[in-house]
This record gives sequence, C-alpha cells and structure tokens, in this order.
Amino acid sequence: MSENILSIQDLNVDFQTEAGVVHAIRGVSFDLKPQEVIGIVGESGSGKSVTSLASIGLLARSATTTGTILIDNQSVTTMSEKELSNLRGTTVAMIFQDPMTSLNPVYTIGWQIVEALRAHQKISKKEARVEAQRLLELVGIPQAEKRLDNYPHEFSGGMRQRAVIAIAMANQPKVILADEPTTALDVTVQAQVLQTLRTALEISKAALVLITHDLGVIAGFADRILVMYAGRVVESGLVDEIFYRPAMPYTHGLLGSIPSIDSVSSVRLRQIPGSPPTMVGTHTGCPFAARCPLRKEICLTEEPELKLVAASTNSSIGSEHRSACHFADEVVEMPVASMFPDSSEDFSEESK
Amino acid sequence: MKTNVTAETDVKEDTDLDSSGMSGESRSQWALARRRFFHDRLAIFGLIIFSLIIIGSIAEIVLNPSGYQDLTGDYNQAPSWHHLFGTTTIGIDLFSACMKGVLQDLQIALIVSVMSVVLGTTVGALAGYYGGKLDTFLMRLVDLILVVPGLAILIVLSNQISGKGNASLYLAFLLGALSWTYIARLVRAEFLSLRERTFVEAARALGADNRRIIFRHLIPNCIGTITVNATLTIAGAILLESTLSFLGLGLVPPEVSLGMLVQQGEEAATTQWWQFAFPASILLLIILSVFFIGDGLQSALDPRKNRARS
Repeated sequence: MSENILSIQDLNVDFQTEAGVVHAIRGVSFDLKPQEVIGIVGESGSGKSVTSLASIGLLARSATTTGTILIDNQSVTTMSEKELSNLRGTTVAMIFQDPMTSLNPVYTIGWQIVEALRAHQKISKKEARVEAQRLLELVGIPQAEKRLDNYPHEFSGGMRQRAVIAIAMANQPKVILADEPTTALDVTVQAQVLQTLRTALEISKAALVLITHDLGVIAGFADRILVMYAGRVVESGLVDEIFYRPAMPYTHGLLGSIPSIDSVSSVRLRQIPGSPPTMVGTHTGCPFAARCPLRKEICLTEEPELKLVAASTNSSIGSEHRSACHFADEVVEMPVASMFPDSSEDFSEESK
Repeated sequence: MKTNVTAETDVKEDTDLDSSGMSGESRSQWALARRRFFHDRLAIFGLIIFSLIIIGSIAEIVLNPSGYQDLTGDYNQAPSWHHLFGTTTIGIDLFSACMKGVLQDLQIALIVSVMSVVLGTTVGALAGYYGGKLDTFLMRLVDLILVVPGLAILIVLSNQISGKGNASLYLAFLLGALSWTYIARLVRAEFLSLRERTFVEAARALGADNRRIIFRHLIPNCIGTITVNATLTIAGAILLESTLSFLGLGLVPPEVSLGMLVQQGEEAATTQWWQFAFPASILLLIILSVFFIGDGLQSALDPRKNRARS
C-alpha cells in the first residue's frame, strides 16, 4: 500500500499502425500524492495525452500497454471493463480539451450533471438536481437554477468548461486528469477557468494531473512538473527548479520560447530548431540529440536515463530533480536557454 | 417535389431568425423543434390534410361501421350529397370504402414503421458502435435483404397469406421485415461519426458503460434521422401495399385497401371517373402529406439548426 493516489511505473504504450509500431510512451513513471498538482508539458506528440488516457484505460484497442498503473491502489491494467466503469467518474475524472465537443449537444447541462451523479450514486432525480445546482454555483455559473435547463449551445466556451469541471467534480473524485483544459479558450477566459479549477480542487480535495503545452499555466498552478519528449519523461522536479535551474537542453528550449511581457518586441524568441523525431520503430541515442546544440558523440549512441541531478538543492523523496541528459550537471548551471542560438541575430543579418 | 423543398427551406430560415431571438429564456430541444415545425407551411399543410383524412375515416367507421360492405342498391351513382364519392358498380358507398381503406393502410403502415424503427435502430446502432466483425456481419445481412427483390418475395408470399384470416397483419410483418434496412444503414452511419465525438469519450471517462452510451447518449442524437425515416417508411409502406393490392396480390375482399379500390375503379375510369379518381386522390394526398410532414420534421429536428448562437 502506498500513499500515492496515482502511481505509474514503467508505462509503455505502443500503437500498431500501417507504418509500423509507434512507441508512443516509453518507460514513463511518476507518482501523484493526494491533493498534489502535477503538470505535464511537452510539445504535440510527446505522449502527454496518451499517458492520461492510458491511466484510465481509455486507449484505443490498437494500443498495447505494459507497466503498472495504480489508481488509489487499484491496478487499472488488470481491471475488467465493468470495474473500470465504476472507477471512472468516482475515483478518477477527466476534463477534456474542447468544451464545445465534450458535452452532449442534445441534453441540457443539468441533465448531464444529473446523469453523472446518478451513474454512480443512488439518489433521486430531485436530489440530484439540487446537487447539480450546487455544483454549478460552485464553479461560478450565475443563475445556476435557470442555467441547469440550458443546452450546451446556449453556454459560452468558458461556461461550458466550467460545466465540464462541475461534472468532473460530481462524484468527489480523488484524481482529476485535465487534458489541456484551457487550450481551446480565450486568454482572459483561461484565467477564470483556471481559477475555477483551483476552487474545485480546494473543495473536492482532489489531486490533479494538468496536461498542457502552456508553461505559463503550469507555473502558476502545479507543484511539480514532468517534461515529456518523444514518449519519455526527460525532466522532472519542483516547479521552481524546472523554471530556474532546468537540467535538460529541451527544457531550456521550451523556456526560451515563451514570450515574456517585458521583452523588447524586436527581439525574436529563441526557438528549438527542427521537429520531434517520429516514434515509429526503434532509435538509438538521445531522442533530442538531433536538435540539441550541446550534442556530443555519446548522445547519438546512448540514450540517457532519467537520473538525479547531483547539483540540485532539493532532495525530498518523490520530488527530486531528475533529468535525462548526459550532461545534466553542466546544463543545470547554464543560464536559461543560453545554448540556443538567438534567432534575432539571424533575423537582423537577413534584413541587411 | 424538389422545388417545394427549396422553397420550404427559405421559409424556414426566415423563421429561424425570430426563433433565435436574444431572450434569455431557455427552450428545450423539442420546443425549438416544434416552433420550427409550425413555421413550416408545407409541413403544416401536410399535417392538416393528414389529420382531416384520419378524422374523416375514423368518424365514418364509427358512424357507419359496415358502410364499406353494405350494398346500397344505388349502382354506379355519381357523387352526390347522399353518396359523397359516388357508388361502385355493385352499389357500395365509395366514401365509406375509401375511409375503411385508409384505416387499413395506416394500420399496416404503422406496424411496418414501428418494426423498421426498432429493428433498424438496434441493428444500425450495434453495427456502428461496435464495428469490426459484428458490423461486417450485420451489414452483409442488410445487403442480403436489400439485394433480394422485395416485390418478388412479396408476390410469392402474399399468395400464401392472402387467404388467411388476418392477412393484413401478415402483410404488415412481411413489409416490416423487408423495410428496416434503410434505417439500419442511416443509424449506422450516424453512429460511426457520433462514436468518435469527444462527448462519448467524456461519458466513458465518467464511468458510462457501452449500454448507457448507446441508449442514453447516442440514440437521442439520432432521433431526428429516426423520426424522419419512420414517417417516410409510413409513406413507403402505403405505396407498397397499394402496389400489391393493385396487382391483386395484397389483401382480398372483404378486406378493403386503397390500392384495391384504385384497381377496381381503374376498369371504369373512363365512364365512372369517380370510382378511380377518389381512391387515387386520397392515396396521393396521404402520401404527399406524409412526405411534407417528414420533410418538416427533418428540418425541425436537425440539431445543427439549434445553434443559432454558439
């Protein structure tokens, strides 16, 4: 028995495709403590969403999953479909990216919350409706009683995502998986929805896995960060450590490509050259080697393991700073993103 | 028909503008659909005609239960106040006979329609949702039924049943067994696209099992398609029954159907025009009005029309 609410050990997910076997996830491990917020970042195709779908057994049939996934000390990988149905919604809930499509268009918001409640609890329709109204008020929807009878198309994007959060909270889950919950929303609405999510977490005492490619969202929200690249976790640690002392060139690259409000507009962002490798077949060496400015011989032949960053100051168990880079201890001392070429120079040369 | 349909969409779009008004009141899917339906002139016209025919036939059967087989002694009378549609060669009041035929046809059509909806929705939903081998098996079954020439089967089998006591019931089941395939195909197609939608995944992530997803989430999303095709099946069944009866293969006297009356009247069409014209017009009116109602329902129930503002 562990105290972790979600524990993933050595997760591997392969997809059989016409082009060959795609290794979407390769040896991902992490633990989530109760009430903890963990952020998973990475660019498109790095395996963020597959990790979250795998952890509640929602992957397509073409996927083969190995490794152990424990939610509340129950093994997801060995569960029957019926046991999974009981687990989903009660112990673990999921929030999807696009609130336009994750609500059923032919039912009212109220119906959908009541449905979620009554799928797992033996309560009357009347009680469920009262509870649904309470949930809607909780996520900050005004005139909740009236709004229960609205259809999804009568809600704005932000309100829909709030309703989705209300549905996710309905059965007091212990873990919420949020797959890019704000990506489809306006920036102003994003902040409101994140605030709603925070309130929801405080009230329900749930832990959260927040998947996003927006580092800004993570910075203000997560306790710990996992950086994923090519189906692996390439760096993990507390938020401050990842942001101020990144120990993997890829993380440096991600941080360097965030526009900041005080940067001069003529300065171009530092970008990571190239694109992620295809995940078909097997590769040797570090998956980031081809794009890495610090690449050495060893990077092309040997894939680095996710190991402790020796120079790190934090050593508390479970949230150690780890990095999958042969030169982590040197990289961690470098100024953020300094190893990537400053593209503003190229830009000015071009214009001459 | 085609021109009617376009004219009707124009009318409907106009009315959509008012119905999408900025009032904060929430209207249910059905209320919205009803509103749109009642703004559709052709659909309303169809509904009125259809209702009048039904009311007329029920009233006639209640007031004059044996009118369709009573020999009045007035042979080959032209339409008059006494005999609204005239009389037949053997002296039966044609109005009574027509109304009896209407009820008979509608009874058959309803059975066919219900059978098609139940069978077609079930088969289509299972095939579309589960896919794979089940889908292949069920759809080949559908293909098999579709390629079998339905009329030939009906002609062979109706010889067997036409003598039996409740021939109309047999005929209805036979027609139903042959006409569910269209709904099955349409429902399957809808399921194929619906099952990939995020809300299905979201429902599953909330712990809904397959049965719950199929019956509570997906079938309600197809209700428009199903309703529309149920009405069209009614029209189709009436037509098919009339065809059979016209060929003398459906029902036989003493049962009455519109097709049978058309066939009997056709012999005298040039001299006693009413014997052909009235049953044929009633048949035409029923089928047209059912089509108009179906078209109206189709536009009214399309959930995409509800997203006036999103």
